[in-house]
Amino acid sequence: MTCEEAEILLHALVDGELDAGHAREVEEHLSTCAKCAAAARDYREIRKAMADGGLRYAAPPELRRRIEASLPHAKAPTRRALLQGFAMGSAVSAIAATGLFAIVLRGDDEQRLQTAFVSAHLRSLQANHLTDVISTDQHTVKPWFNGRIDVAPPVVDLGSQGFALIGGRLDYIDGRPVGAVIYRRRQHVINLFVTQGAGTESRPATMESMQGYNIRRWTDRGLDYWAVSDLGREELANFGEKFEAAARAT
Amino acid sequence: MPTGIANNDPEQARRFRELALPHLDAVYTLARYLLRDAADADDAVQECYLRALKHFHTYQGPAIKPWLFAILRNVCNAEYARRAHAPSTGADELPENAEQAPLWHEAEETPEAAMVKQHDVGTIRRLIAGIAEPFRETLVLREIENLSYREISDVAEVPVGTVMSRLARARAMLRSAWLAEQEKTK
Repeated sequence: MTCEEAEILLHALVDGELDAGHAREVEEHLSTCAKCAAAARDYREIRKAMADGGLRYAAPPELRRRIEASLPHAKAPTRRALLQGFAMGSAVSAIAATGLFAIVLRGDDEQRLQTAFVSAHLRSLQANHLTDVISTDQHTVKPWFNGRIDVAPPVVDLGSQGFALIGGRLDYIDGRPVGAVIYRRRQHVINLFVTQGAGTESRPATMESMQGYNIRRWTDRGLDYWAVSDLGREELANFGEKFEAAARAT
Repeated sequence: MPTGIANNDPEQARRFRELALPHLDAVYTLARYLLRDAADADDAVQECYLRALKHFHTYQGPAIKPWLFAILRNVCNAEYARRAHAPSTGADELPENAEQAPLWHEAEETPEAAMVKQHDVGTIRRLIAGIAEPFRETLVLREIENLSYREISDVAEVPVGTVMSRLARARAMLRSAWLAEQEKTK
């Protein structure tokens, strides 16, 4: 690799945007070229200095007030105000739980959201955090969400297909209350988070892994679904397919 | 009127609040670095949110922050066109203490520590303000707003390769400005 190539690519290395093959090539060049190595070191230092948040500005309160005032107001603020108060308690613990991951992960919105869901999953596994409503009966769990969140998560019984319904929970992700439907397969817990999607379209499922947890994500009829579990990929995919099929049948 | 959909739909407006308002500080930060003027940034951000609400029904996700940034960028470009014949001096940044010495400075340092001796926010902001566009924009989106190359490419409407070369240029400029600053304060 020449210095000219490295001069561009070492930035992608510093930013963690290089694939493994190219990263190795750049690293090799840096190990033999003192000039490029010094540049890479300086750029890392600059990144560190710029990333600590001190360079951000806070929007002036007056500007915030003006913008809020210019937005049309939603109706029925009383119930919402109540909900916000209710959700505030879990928001504090959510921030505490995600703080750990925020340090080691890149801050893409998608990535951040995924981190938040994995954190919520981990949090739910702590003692007495798994369920707000405990029931194996879908007809108990589904109505429990009414009035607690602004979507109605489909709750389907997959017991005969090897995924037992345990209950439901109100969680708080990315500043919004989110419904979680909890299933269990053998000793593995599955948290199925359901949020309002950005549109009404449906998107096929994707599978990702983070910190040893698998995340199956899909969008169906305007709802975003995030299934998080320590189940293997195949079994989690199987769960997702069964759920999608059953939800469509309702 | 086709543009009024979001405004007339209370559900849309509520979703817009929940999605877009949490990014107000990030949008404002980008406006400050793009325009280098607090009052202009105020106006641009307000205009950005008005436009964003108006076009909210076209928002397809997944991440709303880059979408807001793209709108803000258009607003700022219009502002640049307006003041095209009045070149900015960057003098609005840190008026009195722009030449202030760093908070601390070591006479002897190891090579590893040579670069960042001064975490003085004002100095770094001033050095960033001195970088020309479009390099400043790329640098701020990457280092302060923490966007991925792909997201920057979407916001700035240029290929990822261009993002990479701009970022390389921007960091090289910042690095030499930084080193010059160091020399000056020795």
